[in-house]
Amino acid sequence: MPTKTFAGTTVDVNDEGFFEDPTQWTKEMAPEIAEEYGVPTPLTDRAWVVIDLMRSEYFDKGTGPTVRKISKLSDVTTKELFALFPKGPAKLAAMVAGIPKPKGCI
Amino acid sequence: MTDSHPLPSAPIAAPIEKVSIIVSKGSLEGIYPALIMANGARNEGIDANLFFTFFGMDAVHKGHHDHIKVAAVGNPGLHMPTIAGVLPGASGLVTKYMEKQIEKLDYPGIPEFIEMIHDTGAGLYACLASVEMFGMEREDLIDEIDDIITVGEFYEMAAGGQIIFT
Repeated sequence: MPTKTFAGTTVDVNDEGFFEDPTQWTKEMAPEIAEEYGVPTPLTDRAWVVIDLMRSEYFDKGTGPTVRKISKLSDVTTKELFALFPKGPAKLAAMVAGIPKPKGCI
Repeated sequence: MTDSHPLPSAPIAAPIEKVSIIVSKGSLEGIYPALIMANGARNEGIDANLFFTFFGMDAVHKGHHDHIKVAAVGNPGLHMPTIAGVLPGASGLVTKYMEKQIEKLDYPGIPEFIEMIHDTGAGLYACLASVEMFGMEREDLIDEIDDIITVGEFYEMAAGGQIIFT
């Protein structure tokens, strides 16, 4: 299984780079993950609203939310999401939040 | 046949970076899948353009985009006798059913979906020939339409990406 090292800790990831075990993630890793995948840094409070939501939804429902779900569950609009995580918001937010890729078509 | 002509080896799959999706039909089943594909592309970080032409223009016409129906005639996917499809109200009934399903899943209706796709940064374009043929004005189309363009401009815009026709 591939591994990556963020904030000095080695974690298990899949071929795409998503965390295999979200419990290995810590907040300190987020900025380094963001940098690696081209997410604008420093992570703003608004980015953290999304990151926290990704994790709470994942632990609650077993999968992270899609773009539409994020904008319905928070006050972060679709437009803002694309500004915070430009190349695929749900995917990149999941990456930074240390959870698997969200499942869902819409 | 001898094996002197082996199949060419599969090229290494390059990721898709841009899609241009043409919507030419005005039915729910003609429009909705195209919207899912455009929205899905943006969510994967793929550039996406939607080009509405012919009856697909209904999806972006202010007077029609909230009244898109499922085709009840000539649609074997509905698994009902063709004759039933021509009965008054058949299309309306099937459409009601589909709309309920869409709502139950918390999926967006067509107007909301298009607004969402616009907010993802996808380009929305109407076909000049269709605008002229149907005698439409810019004001007849929803505000999210970026421009009314020619087929030539469409090809320029689509250059280097994939074109999908629905």
